[in-house]
Amino acid sequence: MLEMARFTSSFRGCVAPRRTTKPRVLGHERSSNAMSETSPQAVEQTESALVTAAKGGDYDAFEQLVNRYEHKIYRLGLNITGNPEDAEDVLQETFLKAFENLPRFREDSRFYTWIVRIGVNQALMKLRKRRTDKSVSLDDPIEENGEIIPRDFADWAPNPEQQLGRTETREIMERAIQNLPLSFRTVFQLRDVEGLSTEETAETLGLTISAVKARLFRARLRLREDLAKFFKRG
Amino acid sequence: MFRQISDYLDGDLDAELKRAIEAHACGCHHCEVVVDTTRMTIKLYCDGTWYDLPIQVHQRLHAVLKSRCRDRMA
Repeated sequence: MLEMARFTSSFRGCVAPRRTTKPRVLGHERSSNAMSETSPQAVEQTESALVTAAKGGDYDAFEQLVNRYEHKIYRLGLNITGNPEDAEDVLQETFLKAFENLPRFREDSRFYTWIVRIGVNQALMKLRKRRTDKSVSLDDPIEENGEIIPRDFADWAPNPEQQLGRTETREIMERAIQNLPLSFRTVFQLRDVEGLSTEETAETLGLTISAVKARLFRARLRLREDLAKFFKRG
Repeated sequence: MFRQISDYLDGDLDAELKRAIEAHACGCHHCEVVVDTTRMTIKLYCDGTWYDLPIQVHQRLHAVLKSRCRDRMA
């Protein structure tokens, strides 16, 4: 009975976190407190105002947009390419391309979604240039016959970062995501890390919705299995 | 059950299938653990606090943008 009660409470409302991370800025630029206390609607309104101002030639407004999302685009580049130097190139090329194309940004999506799309394309181009065999493809056949079955059923410690320390946790997570095939890693990055919808992810990567879901399912379970070795309780 | 976990976590299942999964999982500790730890996995990656943007990377980005964009806007 106790087990059932625990299960029910943990299952209730267990929808994956979406867009829960607030825009984070470097401490030397401005306090993040003001931003963290505003509603998502207010953030979007502010973002829209910044985009309008940047389109009108206000460089400070463009710089504020950069400050708001630079760490996320760097993270995206790092997770997809697995290389800090490539991630920095992706970061610079993404914002330069965003600047060039800003007049053509129609604002039918969030600025962040638009810039993530630019970023993922830059990261994939970087991988294609780096690999001499040009074999970077998101259409790799997924392991339809190789069923992914969870094997580790141990409970995890409630807060792995406290158990292992920040640096070790980060290294474990980076290794785990790099171990994923590119086609899984890219879908997981857009869907779960960047918070794009299934439809936006499919459109960005030129995949069907069912392909996005299949890759996401496999990515999540493989990451879980990898992390379970380190994060299990005790 | 395991094939449905991803859709379950995204809230993409119809009510009947969702109820069936929950009914099954109420008596299955393995399923409970897999759902909870998959959700923790997503949350860990979604939480950007463990990523730092190196200050030098930030500075180089802004230097490049200033030199190539600001003058064109002025």
